[in-house]
Amino acid sequence: MRYVKPDSFENAAQLLFDSTGITRILAGGTDVLVQMKAEMVEPDLLIDLKHLSGMREITHENGGFRIGAAVSGAELGEHAGVNALWPGVVEGMELIGSTQVQGRATMVGNLCNGSPAADSVPAMVTAGAIARIHGPDGARDIPVYEVPTGPGKTSLARGEFITSIYLPARPENASDAYLRFIPRTEMDIAVSSAAVSLELDSKGICTEAKVAIGAVAPTVRLVDDASAALIGTSLDDDAITKLVAAVEAACSPIDDKRGTIAFRTKTAGVLAKRAAKIAYARAGGTS
Amino acid sequence: MKTNHIQTTINGDVTEFLCNADESLLDVLRDRLGMTGAKEGCGTGDCGACSVTLNGRLVCSCLVLGVETEGAEIQTIEGMANGDNLHTLQRVFLEEAALQCGICTPGILIAAKSLLEKNPNPTDTEVRYWLAGNLCRCTGYDKIIKAVQTAAAEMRGA
Ligand SMILES: Cc1cc2nc3c(=O)[nH]c(=O)nc-3n(C[C@H](O)[C@H](O)[C@H](O)COP(=O)(O)OP(=O)(O)OC[C@H]3O[C@@H](n4cnc5c(N)ncnc54)[C@H](O)[C@@H]3O)c2cc1C
Ligand code: FES
Ligand code: FES
Repeated sequence: MRYVKPDSFENAAQLLFDSTGITRILAGGTDVLVQMKAEMVEPDLLIDLKHLSGMREITHENGGFRIGAAVSGAELGEHAGVNALWPGVVEGMELIGSTQVQGRATMVGNLCNGSPAADSVPAMVTAGAIARIHGPDGARDIPVYEVPTGPGKTSLARGEFITSIYLPARPENASDAYLRFIPRTEMDIAVSSAAVSLELDSKGICTEAKVAIGAVAPTVRLVDDASAALIGTSLDDDAITKLVAAVEAACSPIDDKRGTIAFRTKTAGVLAKRAAKIAYARAGGTS
Repeated sequence: MKTNHIQTTINGDVTEFLCNADESLLDVLRDRLGMTGAKEGCGTGDCGACSVTLNGRLVCSCLVLGVETEGAEIQTIEGMANGDNLHTLQRVFLEEAALQCGICTPGILIAAKSLLEKNPNPTDTEVRYWLAGNLCRCTGYDKIIKAVQTAAAEMRGA
């Protein structure tokens, strides 16, 4: 195995494009090195991009934040601005692993590893986060929602990699939340999860809503019917009942030792309900 | 496989070593540098016995590659005592018997030190969450949490 630190994004793209064997990008390594240890993946080439310009920076941009692909969970969690604007995104990332794992793990690694249960992904999706992709033809931007295509798979083409995630600006009276179910309180993989992002008007009526669920389908899912159930309401009981029904209808989970289909479906609905109420309260709504 | 020449600073000393690209920092510390304080409990990030700080961040050294540490600042358990003078956390762990076999102890001490640098007056809950990635199979966590709190109080001068 070779370990390479390219000196520019252009050279990184070229190296990735030209590589013939198994190649991985080494961000925090908390998936890659575990997979190597387990001999699940034996890369011929590891490419480290953490030293390249902007990769470890969080910058304010057009009222939102651009988060470099190598920013760790711990660094994200310490950033007051991102915490204030997108608390649900930060709490999703901070649920990953232990303090030690947080010192290394990145949102982009979580996204590109392609686990359906990846904890940082649902809230990035409800945030409308945009991934900046660099490749042999230069840079392009796509919604984070379009990155995962199935377990362990992404839509990135040969030679492409992510350099940053952009979390957009949002109006006053807007917030988000993320919750997952695990059988213990720390250090486990989500059995189901839900993220909700809301915008309210001055009277506390929901004008915009996004609901995403994790670990209940091959990829994260945005549930449009759940958004529709919340928009125009102040999250009254009727709206919440419709939200839960829409979320349950959107689940198509696997049945395994960690959770049955029925359990994953039921908990996804409950988590969406609770996350919606937390996001609503954070956005300044009172019900 | 190509051997890489790496220069880092470990516990304040400039240190050079050779390693293969797939060698973890934990393997480098233990097998190349003879620093066997960090332990391998799992090798996969679950147990925290290999905890060190890398550029001031608490990490599992089993999930860092040696080649990634070029130019980095690393702190290990070997650098915790000042000569014969144990760090307060080390002394209190002994006094309060917050260890049995001791395999988890270097990792827990490094993790606890890193917590107290960030938060000198944590609640029990904060200590428990911070140490959630440090597993102990013998002592039970109550004594460990209490020892961290006793040391924290002493370090605050309380
Ligand atoms: C003890 C432990 C507990 C964990 N708990 C959780 C948990 O609770 N929830 C959870 O979701 N995950 C968990 N994980 C998994 C892992 O920590 C996360 O998925 C983490 O976010 C991965 O990020 P990384 O930076 O370490 O990625 P790496 O391991 O460095 O990379 C992961 C993948 O992403 C690709 N990649 C990395 N950077 C880029 C880039 N810039 N462009 C394109 N592709 C890229 C790599 O090629 C690789 O395939 C846990 C892991 C451990 C060891
Ligand atoms: S040996 Fe590194 S976490 Fe267990
Ligand atoms: S004292 Fe034995 S593992 Fe903690």
